Amino acid sequence: MLTISPALLAKIVAHARADHPDEACGVIAGPAGSDHPERFIPMLNAERSPTFYRFDSMEQLRVWREMDERDEEPVVIYHSHTATQAYPSRTDISYASEPGAHYVLVSTRDPDQEEFRSFRIVDGVVTEEEVRVRGDEAPGAGGTRPGAG
Amino acid sequence: MAIEVRIPTILRTYTAGAKSVEGSGATLGDLLGDLESRHQGLRDRLVDDAGLRRFVNVYLNDEDVRFLGGLETPVADGDTVTVLPAVAGGGR
Repeated sequence: MLTISPALLAKIVAHARADHPDEACGVIAGPAGSDHPERFIPMLNAERSPTFYRFDSMEQLRVWREMDERDEEPVVIYHSHTATQAYPSRTDISYASEPGAHYVLVSTRDPDQEEFRSFRIVDGVVTEEEVRVRGDEAPGAGGTRPGAG
Repeated sequence: MAIEVRIPTILRTYTAGAKSVEGSGATLGDLLGDLESRHQGLRDRLVDDAGLRRFVNVYLNDEDVRFLGGLETPVADGDTVTVLPAVAGGGR
Protein backbone atom coordinates (compact mmCIF):
# COMPACT_ATOMS: atom_id res chain seq x y z
CA MET A 1 0.00 0.00 0.00
CA LEU A 2 1.15 3.51 -0.76
CA THR A 3 0.29 6.13 1.85
CA ILE A 4 0.61 9.64 0.46
CA SER A 5 -0.58 13.08 1.53
CA PRO A 6 -3.16 14.96 -0.51
CA ALA A 7 -0.62 17.71 -1.15
CA LEU A 8 1.96 15.34 -2.64
CA LEU A 9 -0.64 13.56 -4.75
CA ALA A 10 -1.77 16.94 -6.07
CA LYS A 11 1.83 17.90 -6.92
CA ILE A 12 2.32 14.73 -8.96
CA VAL A 13 -0.92 15.29 -10.87
CA ALA A 14 -0.11 18.96 -11.45
CA HIS A 15 3.30 18.05 -12.85
CA ALA A 16 1.76 15.48 -15.18
CA ARG A 17 -0.84 17.99 -16.40
CA ALA A 18 1.76 20.72 -16.87
CA ASP A 19 4.03 18.53 -19.02
CA HIS A 20 1.25 16.94 -21.08
CA PRO A 21 1.59 15.90 -23.91
CA ASP A 22 5.11 14.93 -22.87
CA GLU A 23 5.53 12.36 -20.13
CA ALA A 24 6.35 13.84 -16.73
CA CYS A 25 8.56 12.05 -14.23
CA GLY A 26 10.03 12.42 -10.77
CA VAL A 27 10.74 11.08 -7.33
CA ILE A 28 9.35 11.54 -3.84
CA ALA A 29 12.10 10.92 -1.33
CA GLY A 30 11.56 9.84 2.25
CA PRO A 31 13.67 8.72 5.21
CA ALA A 32 15.41 5.42 4.49
CA GLY A 33 13.33 2.52 5.76
CA SER A 34 10.28 4.67 6.57
CA ASP A 35 8.20 3.98 3.44
CA HIS A 36 6.95 7.53 3.97
CA PRO A 37 7.03 9.86 0.96
CA GLU A 38 7.97 13.38 2.03
CA ARG A 39 10.14 15.37 -0.36
CA PHE A 40 8.80 16.02 -3.87
CA ILE A 41 11.51 16.07 -6.55
CA PRO A 42 10.18 16.65 -10.09
CA MET A 43 12.77 15.55 -12.64
CA LEU A 44 13.50 16.65 -16.18
CA ASN A 45 12.36 14.13 -18.79
CA ALA A 46 15.54 14.05 -20.87
CA GLU A 47 13.61 12.35 -23.68
CA ARG A 48 10.92 15.08 -23.78
CA SER A 49 8.64 12.58 -25.44
CA PRO A 50 4.95 11.76 -25.35
CA THR A 51 5.76 8.07 -25.14
CA PHE A 52 9.04 7.76 -23.24
CA TYR A 53 10.77 9.21 -20.22
CA ARG A 54 14.25 9.05 -18.84
CA PHE A 55 15.89 10.93 -15.99
CA ASP A 56 18.79 13.09 -17.14
CA SER A 57 21.89 11.18 -16.04
CA MET A 58 23.61 14.08 -14.27
CA GLU A 59 20.43 15.20 -12.53
CA GLN A 60 19.90 11.62 -11.38
CA LEU A 61 23.42 11.50 -9.94
CA ARG A 62 22.86 14.76 -8.08
CA VAL A 63 19.50 13.65 -6.68
CA TRP A 64 20.68 10.17 -5.71
CA ARG A 65 23.76 11.58 -3.96
CA GLU A 66 21.61 14.12 -2.15
CA MET A 67 19.24 11.38 -0.95
CA ASP A 68 22.24 9.38 0.24
CA GLU A 69 23.60 12.35 2.19
CA ARG A 70 20.20 12.95 3.78
CA ASP A 71 19.75 9.23 4.57
CA GLU A 72 16.75 9.08 2.26
CA GLU A 73 15.64 6.72 -0.42
CA PRO A 74 13.31 7.03 -3.42
CA VAL A 75 9.96 6.03 -1.87
CA VAL A 76 7.94 6.96 -4.95
CA ILE A 77 9.08 7.01 -8.56
CA TYR A 78 6.33 8.52 -10.68
CA HIS A 79 5.71 9.17 -14.33
CA SER A 80 2.79 9.88 -16.58
CA HIS A 81 1.29 8.23 -19.62
CA THR A 82 -0.27 10.72 -21.96
CA ALA A 83 -2.34 8.49 -24.23
CA THR A 84 -2.51 5.15 -22.51
CA GLN A 85 -3.74 3.78 -19.20
CA ALA A 86 -2.02 4.32 -15.89
CA TYR A 87 -0.51 0.84 -15.88
CA PRO A 88 3.17 -0.16 -16.23
CA SER A 89 4.14 -0.82 -19.82
CA ARG A 90 6.71 -3.38 -21.00
CA THR A 91 9.40 -0.71 -20.92
CA ASP A 92 8.35 0.46 -17.45
CA ILE A 93 8.73 -3.09 -16.20
CA SER A 94 12.02 -3.81 -17.92
CA TYR A 95 13.68 -0.64 -16.60
CA ALA A 96 12.31 -0.74 -13.05
CA SER A 97 15.46 -0.83 -10.96
CA GLU A 98 14.43 0.28 -7.47
CA PRO A 99 12.75 -2.76 -5.91
CA GLY A 100 11.78 -0.84 -2.78
CA ALA A 101 9.98 1.97 -4.58
CA HIS A 102 6.30 2.53 -5.20
CA TYR A 103 5.91 3.07 -8.93
CA VAL A 104 3.16 5.64 -9.41
CA LEU A 105 1.55 6.00 -12.81
CA VAL A 106 -0.65 8.93 -13.75
CA SER A 107 -2.56 9.00 -17.02
CA THR A 108 -3.39 12.36 -18.57
CA ARG A 109 -5.23 10.90 -21.55
CA ASP A 110 -8.52 12.33 -20.29
CA PRO A 111 -8.39 16.12 -19.85
CA ASP A 112 -11.08 16.08 -17.17
CA GLN A 113 -10.18 13.13 -15.02
CA GLU A 114 -6.73 11.88 -14.14
CA GLU A 115 -5.95 8.27 -13.32
CA PHE A 116 -3.57 7.74 -10.39
CA ARG A 117 -2.42 4.22 -9.55
CA SER A 118 0.49 2.71 -7.68
CA PHE A 119 2.44 -0.50 -8.23
CA ARG A 120 5.33 -2.55 -6.98
CA ILE A 121 7.63 -3.83 -9.71
CA VAL A 122 10.04 -6.48 -8.43
CA ASP A 123 11.98 -8.92 -10.62
CA GLY A 124 9.74 -8.14 -13.57
CA VAL A 125 6.52 -8.80 -11.63
CA VAL A 126 3.92 -6.01 -11.35
CA THR A 127 1.60 -5.89 -8.36
CA GLU A 128 -0.96 -3.12 -8.05
CA GLU A 129 -1.43 -1.70 -4.58
CA GLU A 130 -3.93 0.41 -2.75
CA VAL A 131 -3.32 4.16 -2.52
CA ARG A 132 -4.23 5.62 0.85
CA VAL A 133 -4.51 9.39 0.75
CA ARG A 134 -3.77 10.71 4.19
CA GLY A 135 -1.47 13.37 5.54
CA ASP A 136 -0.76 16.25 7.87
CA GLU A 137 -2.26 18.80 5.54
CA ALA A 138 -5.74 17.41 6.02
CA PRO A 139 -6.14 16.08 9.55
CA GLY A 140 -9.10 13.78 9.86
CA ALA A 141 -9.49 13.62 6.10
CA GLY A 142 -8.29 10.91 3.83
CA GLY A 143 -9.53 7.63 2.53
CA THR A 144 -8.51 4.97 0.13
CA ARG A 145 -8.50 5.50 -3.56
CA PRO A 146 -8.96 2.38 -5.64
CA GLY A 147 -7.32 2.30 -9.04
CA ALA A 148 -9.33 4.37 -11.49
CA GLY A 149 -9.53 3.93 -15.23
CA MET B 1 45.79 0.80 -6.14
CA ALA B 2 42.20 1.19 -5.04
CA ILE B 3 39.24 2.57 -6.92
CA GLU B 4 35.94 2.65 -5.09
CA VAL B 5 32.94 1.43 -7.07
CA ARG B 6 29.53 2.33 -5.64
CA ILE B 7 26.93 -0.34 -6.35
CA PRO B 8 23.17 0.32 -6.67
CA THR B 9 20.70 -1.72 -4.63
CA ILE B 10 19.63 -3.88 -7.53
CA LEU B 11 23.20 -5.10 -8.21
CA ARG B 12 24.16 -5.85 -4.61
CA THR B 13 23.25 -9.49 -5.14
CA TYR B 14 26.62 -9.71 -6.91
CA THR B 15 28.52 -8.12 -4.03
CA ALA B 16 27.01 -10.02 -1.09
CA GLY B 17 25.05 -6.91 -0.21
CA ALA B 18 27.98 -4.50 -0.23
CA LYS B 19 27.15 -0.90 -1.20
CA SER B 20 30.64 -0.38 -2.48
CA VAL B 21 33.55 -2.53 -3.57
CA GLU B 22 37.14 -1.84 -4.57
CA GLY B 23 39.02 -2.68 -7.68
CA SER B 24 41.90 -1.70 -9.90
CA GLY B 25 42.68 -1.15 -13.53
CA ALA B 26 43.97 1.43 -15.96
CA THR B 27 40.64 1.90 -17.71
CA LEU B 28 37.00 1.46 -16.76
CA GLY B 29 36.94 -1.71 -18.87
CA ASP B 30 39.93 -3.13 -16.98
CA LEU B 31 38.30 -2.19 -13.68
CA LEU B 32 35.09 -4.02 -14.56
CA GLY B 33 37.10 -7.06 -15.56
CA ASP B 34 38.88 -6.93 -12.20
CA LEU B 35 35.56 -6.70 -10.34
CA GLU B 36 34.20 -9.64 -12.33
CA SER B 37 36.96 -11.85 -10.94
CA ARG B 38 35.53 -11.38 -7.45
CA HIS B 39 31.87 -10.66 -8.27
CA GLN B 40 30.92 -13.04 -11.02
CA GLY B 41 28.07 -11.86 -13.21
CA LEU B 42 28.39 -8.19 -12.32
CA ARG B 43 30.14 -7.17 -15.53
CA ASP B 44 27.42 -8.66 -17.71
CA ARG B 45 24.86 -6.35 -16.06
CA LEU B 46 26.92 -3.34 -17.10
CA VAL B 47 28.41 -4.29 -20.46
CA ASP B 48 27.06 -5.85 -23.65
CA ASP B 49 28.56 -6.50 -27.09
CA ALA B 50 28.40 -2.80 -27.95
CA GLY B 51 30.06 -1.54 -24.76
CA LEU B 52 28.43 -0.08 -21.67
CA ARG B 53 24.73 -0.96 -21.53
CA ARG B 54 22.51 1.85 -22.68
CA PHE B 55 20.28 2.04 -19.64
CA VAL B 56 22.99 1.91 -17.01
CA ASN B 57 24.63 5.19 -15.99
CA VAL B 58 28.28 4.96 -14.96
CA TYR B 59 30.04 7.99 -13.53
CA LEU B 60 33.71 8.64 -12.89
CA ASN B 61 33.76 11.01 -9.93
CA ASP B 62 31.32 13.72 -11.10
CA GLU B 63 31.14 12.92 -14.80
CA ASP B 64 29.10 10.54 -16.92
CA VAL B 65 31.61 8.24 -18.66
CA ARG B 66 29.58 8.46 -21.87
CA PHE B 67 31.19 11.88 -22.28
CA LEU B 68 34.65 10.70 -21.31
CA GLY B 69 35.57 7.52 -23.15
CA GLY B 70 33.12 4.82 -22.18
CA LEU B 71 34.99 1.63 -21.33
CA GLU B 72 38.26 3.26 -22.46
CA THR B 73 37.98 5.98 -19.82
CA PRO B 74 41.21 6.06 -17.82
CA VAL B 75 40.77 5.51 -14.09
CA ALA B 76 43.26 6.06 -11.28
CA ASP B 77 43.86 5.39 -7.62
CA GLY B 78 41.51 7.46 -5.49
CA ASP B 79 38.79 7.73 -8.14
CA THR B 80 35.20 6.83 -7.36
CA VAL B 81 33.05 5.08 -9.95
CA THR B 82 29.29 5.20 -9.34
CA VAL B 83 26.77 2.94 -11.05
CA LEU B 84 23.10 3.95 -11.27
CA PRO B 85 20.57 2.08 -13.40
CA ALA B 86 18.76 4.60 -15.58
CA VAL B 87 15.26 5.51 -14.46
CA ALA B 88 13.23 5.24 -17.64
CA GLY B 89 10.13 3.86 -19.22
CA GLY B 90 7.10 4.99 -21.12
CA GLY B 91 3.64 4.46 -22.41
CA ARG B 92 4.54 1.61 -24.71
